[in-house]
Amino acid sequence: MSRQSNRTTDNKKMNSELFTLTYGALVTQLCKDYENDEEVNKQLDKMGYNIGVRLIEDFLARSSVGRCQDFRETADVIAKVAFKMYLGITPSVTNWSPAGDEFSLILESNPLVDFVELPDNHNTLIYSNLLCGVLRGALEMVQMAVDVRFAQDTLRGDNVTEIRMKFIKRIEENLPAGDE
Amino acid sequence: MLNWDMSQNEMENRFTKGKSAILEMPLARVKTEVSVSAFALLFSEMVQYCQSRVYSVAELQGRLASMGHGVGASLLDVLVMREKNGKRETKVLNILLFIKVNVWKALFGKEADKLEQANDDDKTYYIIEKDPVINAYISVPKENSTLNCAAFTGGIVEAILTHSGFPAKVTVHWHKGTTLMIKFDAAVIARDKTLDGR
Repeated sequence: MSRQSNRTTDNKKMNSELFTLTYGALVTQLCKDYENDEEVNKQLDKMGYNIGVRLIEDFLARSSVGRCQDFRETADVIAKVAFKMYLGITPSVTNWSPAGDEFSLILESNPLVDFVELPDNHNTLIYSNLLCGVLRGALEMVQMAVDVRFAQDTLRGDNVTEIRMKFIKRIEENLPAGDE
Repeated sequence: MLNWDMSQNEMENRFTKGKSAILEMPLARVKTEVSVSAFALLFSEMVQYCQSRVYSVAELQGRLASMGHGVGASLLDVLVMREKNGKRETKVLNILLFIKVNVWKALFGKEADKLEQANDDDKTYYIIEKDPVINAYISVPKENSTLNCAAFTGGIVEAILTHSGFPAKVTVHWHKGTTLMIKFDAAVIARDKTLDGR
């Protein structure tokens, strides 16, 4: 365990253009491989989920953020620490539901969509759907089931990009029988 | 980025329905950065996705290269505008330097380690990168030891050369790190020779 403290936690950065264009190449490929936008959306979500499941460990190791007390704190950590660390942006957290179980992330800019314009025949494509999968996958690994979807998207002509997140339940850890 | 197969109709739409917001964006680079981990995770998903749809290493590299083509094609124009004031290269050596310096800096934040010409063949050049960022977090399984995911970079370079009027084939090899082998069409070299001395 003592070795861990020596681990390098420097967070290397790179120019966002390679990232943006690579993501674009991926979405283009999916659009060629699948029949319709719904299938592409699903595939993007699935890939995002796989990323999220792996990303959470990287995140916890680098950020040294502890356990969140409530969903509001989770929201803040996602917006101010995680988005900042990985995408270099800080979305604002707003539109809380009265019960405090649902909120919106408003993205002023979204590095995934630089240079992007949706052609008319892809009007149901949720271009950045990968992000929803990432958030869902990462939170699932810290025992939170959430529902994540795009409520608004500048690519479809909205003024801002809004990701809506809803808390569903805590996932109880299922220890294998006899493993107490 | 999804629109290089625009039909006539779409083309008309584009110019009649009013200026799209994207046309108002400045070309100059607003320097933004993302974390290398984010890129590594994304690239890893890409490789896995490609792998699930192919039967051989060659096919997998082919798929990565064709995705790289999309990146190269989109990047070329913006780089020529930004770095060269819209002026295109006409000589083989200059386009290679453009790739070694400008393209590499835009993509990876540094120049490529080396640019070399083959001793025995005037059509063949090598761009050598000791530790490409793309391969930094990839461990290649023993049974597929020839796989080099920098095939993606190869695709980018091939697209930039081809769209600049220097048709070439780019292949990727494990040699002194990663070597991109660029083989120009014979016509390109012949043309270059007639330009000599001008």
